[in-house]
Amino acid sequence: MNAVWSSLGSYLLAFAVWPGLLLAAPLGWLELWFMRKLVARLQGRQGPPFFQPFFDFMKLLGKETVIPRGVNRGIFLALPVVSVAAVTAALAIVPLPGNPAPSLPGDVVLLLYLMEVPILCEVLAGYVSRSIYGQVAAMREALLSLAYNLPFLVAIIAMAQEAGSFQMSTLQAAPYGLVHLLAAVTFLLALPARMKLNPFSIANAEHEIVADSHIEYSGPPLALFKLSHAVELVLLTELFAVVFIPATPWPLVNLLVYLAAGVAVLGGVTLLATATARLRLTQAFRFYWVWGGLASAVTLAATLVR
Amino acid sequence: MNLIERVIAISRRRSPWICRLNAGSCNGCDIEITPLLSPRYDAEQLGVELHGTPKHADIVLISGTLTLRSREAILDIYAQVPNPKAVVALGSCPASGNVFAGSPLVLSESLDSVVPVDVWVPGCPPRPQAILDGIARAAKLLEDGATKSQLESRRGRLS
Repeated sequence: MNAVWSSLGSYLLAFAVWPGLLLAAPLGWLELWFMRKLVARLQGRQGPPFFQPFFDFMKLLGKETVIPRGVNRGIFLALPVVSVAAVTAALAIVPLPGNPAPSLPGDVVLLLYLMEVPILCEVLAGYVSRSIYGQVAAMREALLSLAYNLPFLVAIIAMAQEAGSFQMSTLQAAPYGLVHLLAAVTFLLALPARMKLNPFSIANAEHEIVADSHIEYSGPPLALFKLSHAVELVLLTELFAVVFIPATPWPLVNLLVYLAAGVAVLGGVTLLATATARLRLTQAFRFYWVWGGLASAVTLAATLVR
Repeated sequence: MNLIERVIAISRRRSPWICRLNAGSCNGCDIEITPLLSPRYDAEQLGVELHGTPKHADIVLISGTLTLRSREAILDIYAQVPNPKAVVALGSCPASGNVFAGSPLVLSESLDSVVPVDVWVPGCPPRPQAILDGIARAAKLLEDGATKSQLESRRGRLS
């Protein structure tokens, strides 16, 4: 009985403190600020102050929530909460140094499932809002997720095949090889679309469809969606670092290497976003099923050849 | 005022999200808004973000001569902006009708008689730095709780 309570406690600690909400939120805001600042500097602007994402979040917390007429109040308000909870729970599974949660066999499957929940929430948010723009954004998001999830899922599954286990800690400790490089490239292909950045910012194309699927959201629920996006950035970059960057025996060094790798990946993705214009949905879909599919096939083939 | 309320008040000044509303403008004022987001004036330094939907906005920039048809649209969009909110009137048109005053399709009233205006930015069109100054002043009013809609709601709560 005691063991159950202590493992429950460590899960709660992982969810609420590290790598969960209490430390992931500031880290996510830092990463958001870094991206916005980098875009601004590349465009020859000064860019936002350091605490800008924090101010945006706090301001939204202090605003009124307008619920459109004819919208189911319960679903409308539950979606952002579910989104933040799922993405934080996914981050709590990632074996970052100092994560108190015990490693489970098969937690890769749980992680991949939890990472789909925020996307599902966005799609539902668009459809629930009864706004025509929100529905177009939801449709685009749903179709795009069918495209970018091919390379994304294959990259992780190929690593699981290589490590011979669906456990995050085994993936992290897998001896470094060719599959790591190929799977990393496949993962990076999917990353810009997962982060909703150019040239795949199709679902949040503010010039075409006013805003993303949270168009009808305001106040604290919108703040939670923004927070969910910030934590998702941390999750995606740190997942990349944990799975594809070789680990050292020293946890503190690992942590620094992981954070640096996360920032480097964000920088690369931001460079791509600044240098490109938005694709159409069909072009993005074709890109992911042709080039993403090719990368996936090569990666899977490499896991079979020893 | 406790700590969280203080942080939220500061955040209102540091993160003013704007939404444009063209109430029958010649487009001159709207064109002067775009340089704000460009490298030359870079309003993002003040935390300004341009949003397409009034649901995400804190400050509505209303430009143009008020016409008989735009009155309803102004009221509708103003009502969609979540509290607390501020209104900035751009140019001479919302105040007086400017050169269009007296035309049969033009509402011969100031914008103040339709929605409460917090900051007037005169000019035809106003310079970008004057618009930026107007946004900054409206953001300061939001921090102090001194926009007309905030004062109105406080008065409503007291009575």
